[in-house]
Amino acid sequence: MILIWLIAILLIAGVLAWFAGRFSALAARWISLIAVSIDFVLALRLWASYGGEMHLAPQGGWVEQVNWSWIPQLGIRFHLALDGLSLLLLALTFLLGIISVLASWREIQEGVGFFHLNLMWILAGISGVFLAVDLFLFYFAWELMLIPMFFLIAIWGHERRIYAAIKFFIFTQLSGLLMLIAILALYFIHHAQTGVYTFEYEDLLGTRLSPHTALLLMLGFFVAFAVKLPMFPLHTWLPDAHTEAPTAGSIVLAGLLLKTGAYGMIRFVVPLFPDAAHQFAPIAMLLAVIGIIYGSVLAFGQTDLKRLVAYTSVSHLGFVLLGIFAWNTWALDGAVIGMIAHGISTGALFMIVGQVQERTHTREMGRLSGLWSTIPRLSGAAMFFAMGSMGLPGLGDFVAEFLVLIGTYEAHLIGLTIAATVGILLSTLYALRFVQGGFHGPNSNQWSVKDLAPREVLELIPMVVILIWLGVYPQPIFNTFKAARIKLQGYAAQTAQVRGTLEQSSLLHLTGVRR
Amino acid sequence: MNVSDLFAILPLLILGGASVVVMVGIAIRRSHALAFALTLIGLAAAFASLWTVAPEAPRRVTALLVIDQYALFYMGLIIAATFVVALLSHGYFARHEGDPEEVYVLLLIAALGSAVLVASSHFVSFFLGLEILSVALYALNAYLHTRRLPVEAGIKYLILAASSAAFLLFGMALIYAELGTMDFLRIRAMLSAAPDASHAVLLAGTALIITGFGFKLALVPFHLWTPDIYEGAPAPITAFVATVSKGAMFALLLRYFYWSGSRQFTPVFVVFTIIAIASMIAGNFLAMMQSNVKRILAYSSIAHMGYVLVAFEAGGRLAAQAVTFYLVAYFITTLGAFGVITVMSNGERDADSIEDYRGLFWRRPALATVFTAMLLSLAGIPLTAGFVAKYYIIFAGASSAMWLLVFVLIGSSVFGLFYYLRVIVAMYSGLSHGHGEPEAHSPASSLVPALSLTGGIALAALTILLVWIGVYPATLFQIIHSTISNSSIL
Repeated sequence: MILIWLIAILLIAGVLAWFAGRFSALAARWISLIAVSIDFVLALRLWASYGGEMHLAPQGGWVEQVNWSWIPQLGIRFHLALDGLSLLLLALTFLLGIISVLASWREIQEGVGFFHLNLMWILAGISGVFLAVDLFLFYFAWELMLIPMFFLIAIWGHERRIYAAIKFFIFTQLSGLLMLIAILALYFIHHAQTGVYTFEYEDLLGTRLSPHTALLLMLGFFVAFAVKLPMFPLHTWLPDAHTEAPTAGSIVLAGLLLKTGAYGMIRFVVPLFPDAAHQFAPIAMLLAVIGIIYGSVLAFGQTDLKRLVAYTSVSHLGFVLLGIFAWNTWALDGAVIGMIAHGISTGALFMIVGQVQERTHTREMGRLSGLWSTIPRLSGAAMFFAMGSMGLPGLGDFVAEFLVLIGTYEAHLIGLTIAATVGILLSTLYALRFVQGGFHGPNSNQWSVKDLAPREVLELIPMVVILIWLGVYPQPIFNTFKAARIKLQGYAAQTAQVRGTLEQSSLLHLTGVRR
Repeated sequence: MNVSDLFAILPLLILGGASVVVMVGIAIRRSHALAFALTLIGLAAAFASLWTVAPEAPRRVTALLVIDQYALFYMGLIIAATFVVALLSHGYFARHEGDPEEVYVLLLIAALGSAVLVASSHFVSFFLGLEILSVALYALNAYLHTRRLPVEAGIKYLILAASSAAFLLFGMALIYAELGTMDFLRIRAMLSAAPDASHAVLLAGTALIITGFGFKLALVPFHLWTPDIYEGAPAPITAFVATVSKGAMFALLLRYFYWSGSRQFTPVFVVFTIIAIASMIAGNFLAMMQSNVKRILAYSSIAHMGYVLVAFEAGGRLAAQAVTFYLVAYFITTLGAFGVITVMSNGERDADSIEDYRGLFWRRPALATVFTAMLLSLAGIPLTAGFVAKYYIIFAGASSAMWLLVFVLIGSSVFGLFYYLRVIVAMYSGLSHGHGEPEAHSPASSLVPALSLTGGIALAALTILLVWIGVYPATLFQIIHSTISNSSIL
């Protein structure tokens, strides 16, 4: 039941905030803040109650679940379920939810109620994506995120907001429909084999597919997730959407929406189509590495701070994709921690850029520079998170990149590993440029603006702490993810075995057993 | 024809009777409120009579009509939609010069014609129903006879509908000449008895009948009238043309092609495939180029009829269910969308320019929310009936492995998003938050939405239904499933 509440609280709070916003903007903000905080506390309690190690219940293999009949005629169930992976991402969702409500406290001054309605509903949709294990419900939640995000960009965005919003919407909608076709095809194939109509994730795992069909269906899912991720060359919506969105929108986009793509890869693409994914892995990993390098190079070339941060996402999520398709213990651990660390560090960077813009009304490096002398606290925070983003040891992103590289090396892909390492080198360039272009140097433009207010410091401190924690002692994350990882690897191996299309050595690879 | 036959067609009798009563009522005392009340009572009585008739179903009433669950379901849909159109018309026509009362007579007659169509099992009743519907529509389209556009719309509709009816008649004549019967089921028997009975004439006849259907449903390439009529006709009447007239025609299309077995001809199948693809692509692409909301909805309706054809092509019980489900969702959505246009319109012109909607959300949040919901439903976004309906169509298409049609549907509907989003973006624009955009300029003609009580109730009910079906469609699925299973539609 708690899973229902996690989503329902957000939906209800959104509507309440809308109504409240017509009388008092402050009430709308507080309602949203309280609702997300409640969710965050609930998620933490859930985590604590399992002592940080998510042992899975023997039946179904989920920690918590809700399984209701929804549209029985089509075999659609309202089935939410939670394991360690979902829990980690949910906690991240609510944390960044709190941050984005706080980040828009001063930035959003018009249509406040409606803004919070959209924000809450996006968070609800994202939570739905992380929890749904009925493929119809998953698609439903997947689509549900889009409209409020569209509004967020189109109404409260910057100059070219309409263009960016429509581009974002069309990209994700088209790819989502491809996934819908793949889901339906899987559903009908399963029905043809067993006579049962079901969208249940665990039932569909055992569907027998010819290698050719499996590859096609895998691609349907893959493209949908790759657009969200975003993978090179499907990333072109991202810089526009990130740059034009309001700060809260950017935080949610980078911190959470991109993670739904990575989550989908881990949860659905590999376990449902292990053989096809194995076959496709070299291409996916190659594209991931291209994304790592390409993202860094383009980030380095930007003069707009927000656009720079946007391109770093392409690079970071490249690592996550690389880790997922290497599909061994190290790489997967790296991918998951990469998702969390990227959410925190990039979210923080967007917030900092937002705060800079709020004060100076520009994001252009040419017009900034030398801010350090007038706003040392904000500049210091920018420096810290830029270091995080470039993978400084001791911070979360370093652990992620390191593990992914080891995992990739382990999978005997030495060329890719080397290329990805070059990507890390390039990330130093953009991180330094970010700090230098924006904050260092002489204050030639005579900026004299207010430094961080206590509220803004309070927003940044938890993110600093978490990023250090992830970098220094990431073990709790691995413990939480462990049972889910073993289960997912087991699913993949089991599915491959049912289809009997892989030789023994590849099967071992899928279970993550090291030779 | 005996008493129980008469009892079985009670809904038709009530509709016919109600139109006479309203007409006489107007003759005695010309009062808008009276005519409106009588109409609503008549429609409600007809709707209630569906349940008293239901135990009689399925039943053939002479050779002309068949009263089965399928016909009753669609009659219910037609009557309910007419009810909503009447509610919307009340506020709309009250704001215009001239007498509004005859609108209701015509609406009842048109509803009667549509109800005959969905119950017809014979070319004669097919044609009679069609003509009853069309003649009422000519007058309704041109009802605001002091304005230029409605009159133009009425005349266009008259000429094109009359010529398409001629095609249809000729098609029927050819089939009758060849087979010697006008009964759908007998046609099927004859066809299966002599499978190759002079195909050319039969195919020519079927092609002409498809033309007749294509015109009424506004399928490409018979769609040319649509944007002009949609734009010219008074908004509530456009809603009627878009829903009741098309829905009844589609119900008949399904019945005719399934019962007569003509669907099995490969050429017919191919022709419908081409028409469906052309409608989806042309409808969506042409809609992108419009800046008039009514014209956008006109082209989008062309695309939507193409979507429904995808399910029709899939065949089988699932397809009949998908078509029915889609039409229900389409009725709700289209009535809602035109409902908003209706209440936005004033005495001089209809609110059909995108500019009329700029910044609407910040002026009239409730109205803008309703319109947003309707447009999102047309675009097929979750939480709305349109999503489940489109999903069901894709589902039906995929179950028969009609991948080409499914891919065209998906590809073209993505382009469809563009124009729905344009209208939505306009409604939410105009926040003056510093980025140079001028404050929402209220359009010069200052369209102040006049939300009448009846219109408000109608819109609220439609929105609730839309979300209800979007979130929990199981009830409607159950109803449609049992309707189709208990009807000999296949």
